[in-house]
Amino acid sequence: MTTFIARRLAIGLVMLLALSVLVFVLLRLAPGDPIDAYINPSAPLSAEALAALRARLGLDAPLPVQYLGWLRAALTGDLGFSTQRAGVPVLPLVLERIGPTILLMAAGLAIAIVAGISAGILSAVRRNSAADVGLSVLAFTGISSPAFLTALLGLYFFSVRLGWAPSGSMTTPGAAFSVPDLLHHLVLPAVILSIGHAALIMRYMRASLLEVLNQDYVRTARAKGVREFWVIVKHAVRNALLPVITLIGSTIGVAVGGAIFIESVFNWPGMGLLLVSAVSDRDYPVIMGATLVIGAAVIVVNLLTDITYAAVDPRIRVS
Amino acid sequence: MNAPVLDIRDLRTVFRVGGRELTAVADLDLSIAPGETVALVGESGSGKSVTSLSVMGLLPRKVGRIDNGTIAFRGKSGAARDLVGMTPEALRQLRGNDMAMVFQEPMTSLNPVYTVGEQIAEPMRIHLGRSRAQAAAAAVQLLADVGIPDPARRARQFPHELSGGMRQRATIAMALACDPKLLIADEPTTALDVTIQAQILDLLAKLQAERGMAMLFVTHNLGVVAEIADRVAVMYAGRIVETGTVDEVFDHPRHPYTQGLLRSVPRLGQATALKRAGTPLPTIAGAVPSLANLPRGCAFAPRCPYAIDACTVAVPPLADTGGGHGSRCIRWPEI
Ligand SMILES: Nc1ncnc2c1ncn2[C@@H]1O[C@H](COP(=O)(O)OP(=O)(O)OP(=O)(O)O)[C@@H](O)[C@H]1O
Ligand code: SF4
Ligand SMILES: [Mg+2]
Repeated sequence: MTTFIARRLAIGLVMLLALSVLVFVLLRLAPGDPIDAYINPSAPLSAEALAALRARLGLDAPLPVQYLGWLRAALTGDLGFSTQRAGVPVLPLVLERIGPTILLMAAGLAIAIVAGISAGILSAVRRNSAADVGLSVLAFTGISSPAFLTALLGLYFFSVRLGWAPSGSMTTPGAAFSVPDLLHHLVLPAVILSIGHAALIMRYMRASLLEVLNQDYVRTARAKGVREFWVIVKHAVRNALLPVITLIGSTIGVAVGGAIFIESVFNWPGMGLLLVSAVSDRDYPVIMGATLVIGAAVIVVNLLTDITYAAVDPRIRVS
Repeated sequence: MNAPVLDIRDLRTVFRVGGRELTAVADLDLSIAPGETVALVGESGSGKSVTSLSVMGLLPRKVGRIDNGTIAFRGKSGAARDLVGMTPEALRQLRGNDMAMVFQEPMTSLNPVYTVGEQIAEPMRIHLGRSRAQAAAAAVQLLADVGIPDPARRARQFPHELSGGMRQRATIAMALACDPKLLIADEPTTALDVTIQAQILDLLAKLQAERGMAMLFVTHNLGVVAEIADRVAVMYAGRIVETGTVDEVFDHPRHPYTQGLLRSVPRLGQATALKRAGTPLPTIAGAVPSLANLPRGCAFAPRCPYAIDACTVAVPPLADTGGGHGSRCIRWPEI
């Protein structure tokens, strides 16, 4: 188990490194000169001054050297300074945005997992019943509706028309912080974030459980006189969860994308909102920093998924 | 003779397939005394497993059901009760406790995510109210009883860490956990290689003798029947076509199907001799008819060398040929 975790951790680090190279290169390939971000457009610099600035920022060195320099600093926690907010270091800027994003994603995923798995179990156990058909239609709708549509529709109905939920941000401006207020702001974006994932998890859980219910060991459990409830919950569901855990792990990466979008629709002060504004401002250090932190988070989550999987399936532990 | 543990009368089990009802088992009578082993033989699809599942109350729900007949079962209470029409809950309480089943596939019959010990302990916790610790200790003892070396360590292992033969021993231990009156073994050795097969057969015979259980042994291997069973029932297309003691049926088969089966069994040395001569083993010509399309009268008629017009008029009754030997062939005196 320890070697298993160590190996996954090593793979994760390599992936993170690869991600940083990729982001670095992509940003440098993007149109526009990174130096532009440092210059006040209304006060053009002379060619000499420009070259001096370039040299001071290290932007005249070859790309690999620039990358290594950036990496060395990054390893010490120095992700540079925001080019748009003068003198603001990137790391604290990014770190303060992690909390809200984790809250939103965790809430969204928790809703998706609980709803998806219970609906999947219900559908499989009551196969072809009205409940199964209803849930399957719902899931199909959930999978095929694009996030921008559900986000805008949700916003329109629940906050504009019905007034049940605030239309954005994390807390009521000006009010003192309170948990109910936070939850009130959290529900709508979290539910919208969860829809697609819940639908996908439900479909997987249903298919997986139906397959497991046909397995010989389920028949063995019945032959032992295990109560039907425990046949499902103890003998079938635990096996059926295996592929679903993998799915959940891999949807988390996708959920990050969804969260970025939902944050910008709901003005949720997380990494997504930061990233979107940094991209439009061409604030390269912030883009790099935010991407890396998001990437690291996804890798950690995948590691946790693998460990959960190994804990549920004894066959993984030995091999 | 002792009062039978299992006494099936006139059983008919049907399946609903695509809006049609197929009769998988019909007119089946079968009785097993305490300590007795009855073998159920026949080609694939003849209804052996369906018969077993009918007794256990494990027919696939909504698809299969018992349409007719009685299954009198004398469990631990000592009173005979009809399993047909019993509530699912009453049947569940008998399963794994008064009657137990061993299945064909040791590789897939154990749950991959629980230890072998936990799975053997489970029926004792459900039916006998044993505590976790008591049941775990009993499970280790059972593993020792079925001949698994180092049982305490094996009990803590997961199924994938055991060989096929060992897993089958473990499923036998699981079936015997509550000391059932009836053990149904559905092809318990088919998936194993020959030397392991012999060991498992010996083990089953030994445990059965020790515990005085009744055993229904399903197989399509006549060599296995000769080794383990007292009586045999030969099934064809859902019906028992011949039944009697193993000696009687093997020495004087009174049904052309049984004769054909016996002829296709390689005798010692015969198989190699035939192989050397390049001739295939004799088999029964023709194929098992599909249940959806059974011929009128004797279902074996299309493949039977003795068939005459009279055979296709009605299903032949199970005729008593003397000494508890029965044959569902109208021409039994001639063959
Ligand atoms: N779940 C099912 N749904 C529909 N028909 C079934 C089902 N199970 C069994 N049957 C029918 O019952 C017949 C008898 O099947 P059964 O499993 O009892 O055969 P068997 O004698 O055990 O054969 P084998 O040696 O292959 O195990 C099959 O031919 C099949 O048509
Ligand atoms: S009844 Fe006729 S067809 Fe059937 S086994 Fe006897 S002789 Fe053959
Ligand atoms: Mg079978």
